[in-house]
Amino acid sequence: MNSTLNVNGTRHSVDVDPSTPLLYVLRDDLELNGAKYGCGLGQCGACTVIVDGKAIFSCLTPVRAVVDRAITTIEGLGSATSPNVVQRAFQDEQAAQCGYCIAGMIMRAQSLLDRTPAPTDEEIRTHMQPNLCRCGTHVRIQRAVRRASDELASATKAGAK
Amino acid sequence: MAFWYVDEPSIDKIARPDRASFDQALVGRGEQLATVGDCIVCHTAENGQPFAGARPLPTPFGTLFSNNITPDEETGIGNWSEEAFARAMKRGVARDGSHLYPALPYEHFTHVSNDDLHALYAFLMTRQPVSQEAPENELMPGLGFRPLLAGWKLLFLHQTEFHPVASQSDEWNRGKYLVDGLAHCGGCHTPRNLAGGEERGSEFAGGVAEGWNAPALNATNPSANSWTAASLYSYLKNGFDKGHGAAGGPMGPVTEGLAKVNDSDVKAVAVYIASVMQADKLRETLSPGVPIDNARQAADAFPDAAHLFQGACAGCHEPGSAMSQQGRPSLSNLTAIKMDDPANAVAALLEGVPAPPGKGPFMPSFGSNLTDRDLAELLAYVRSRFTNRPAWENLEKSVASARAEE
Repeated sequence: MNSTLNVNGTRHSVDVDPSTPLLYVLRDDLELNGAKYGCGLGQCGACTVIVDGKAIFSCLTPVRAVVDRAITTIEGLGSATSPNVVQRAFQDEQAAQCGYCIAGMIMRAQSLLDRTPAPTDEEIRTHMQPNLCRCGTHVRIQRAVRRASDELASATKAGAK
Repeated sequence: MAFWYVDEPSIDKIARPDRASFDQALVGRGEQLATVGDCIVCHTAENGQPFAGARPLPTPFGTLFSNNITPDEETGIGNWSEEAFARAMKRGVARDGSHLYPALPYEHFTHVSNDDLHALYAFLMTRQPVSQEAPENELMPGLGFRPLLAGWKLLFLHQTEFHPVASQSDEWNRGKYLVDGLAHCGGCHTPRNLAGGEERGSEFAGGVAEGWNAPALNATNPSANSWTAASLYSYLKNGFDKGHGAAGGPMGPVTEGLAKVNDSDVKAVAVYIASVMQADKLRETLSPGVPIDNARQAADAFPDAAHLFQGACAGCHEPGSAMSQQGRPSLSNLTAIKMDDPANAVAALLEGVPAPPGKGPFMPSFGSNLTDRDLAELLAYVRSRFTNRPAWENLEKSVASARAEE
């Protein structure tokens, strides 16, 4: 069955069973391999992408549920040569160890900063809570989100001047 | 008949008692009792200091903020005598003589023995004092006038001592004492009248809490004939029972507390509640229930939702999935899916169900994955597949209004 997906601002037509998890379509059909398969049960967050402004687990989201909704993956934020603010902050804080969780972490962080550009540390912790890092880099991840928020704030200030 | 003054007399301040003056064993007993009472849940703000209050408590009459019950002398109960504490618990009157709102469930605490209040006082007075003022309550006009509460109490506060029932076991009586008193189960599981009092004669007929339905604990509970003292014990102690599923919504923190309560008290509560649930002839039909699975009919009736279920739910909830292999029950065992009102099923999908304390999988929220329409269709599918009960009506509206209240 053909479904139309709007990913990173581009429309794609994919021919898949409507119950197929969005994650599989992103990786196997659209070759957007940023989102990772971790548990497949919505317990870890490695597959996190943004749909209509909210972070969701793409492994538990059937294609049927996201037709014509705005999907953003980490490829939509920036690239290796031109990372966006959040991606750069994760690099600057060296927030990745093995890195498997990081694309999901960045997407969840992005969904927070889109709504709440200056979150408190507590808000960051609460918001990031569904995503797990088995290497234990949560402290660096927390710092990266803080740094991204600070950079966004100073960019806004500079813009206002 | 009690008589209430619009303002009760003030009780003199005392100097904060020295921590060392309280017997450790007594403090320990008080801690267990405070855990049964779940004091910490309402008296702690999100990410706040334990027992320092300021948690918003939404009521139909406006928002109340819980009081600081740490022994801070300025903002807490540091200079309350034991007499003042006992009066607050049993009669809902603060040390200064003003009436407290019945969000403090003194309708129940009035049944607590003086001996237990003595232990609770010792426990609270040995906590870390925290200086924190609660914000002003935000109540409907007029209700901020506390003397009105004297009238409320006249109508709804029935001060009685607990009297054991001689024909029942000690365990049953212990359970009833805890349930009616400190555990204040009726606070959520008994319906309330328009003035917010618990309806007499409808004890345990089911109520509401934070957008969830607190299911009936009597024979009208749709799972009454499968609950036993043993399964209730497992549910209360672990937040999960393999025949009934996990505690959702406000019941989660209750089971988190009970996990820390001694086994014999939790067992007593289970024995008593089981007897309430099986009070009539339903006892004869006690059965764990054969799982219902009308997969084919449901898929024919709701083909789109069958796809949604396959992609979003089946990984855990399809018969044969890894989770069901680990002893998790079929969706057909869940009270939330059997109830006439879909509120709990809607809330579980929108909010998710957190993991039981320290272990086990959790159910993530599906509120952002699925639109209102998809959620409604999915619920209709689940209802038709896993129960033989009449379809839920106006599901999309229920989802939209629950989402609006989030």
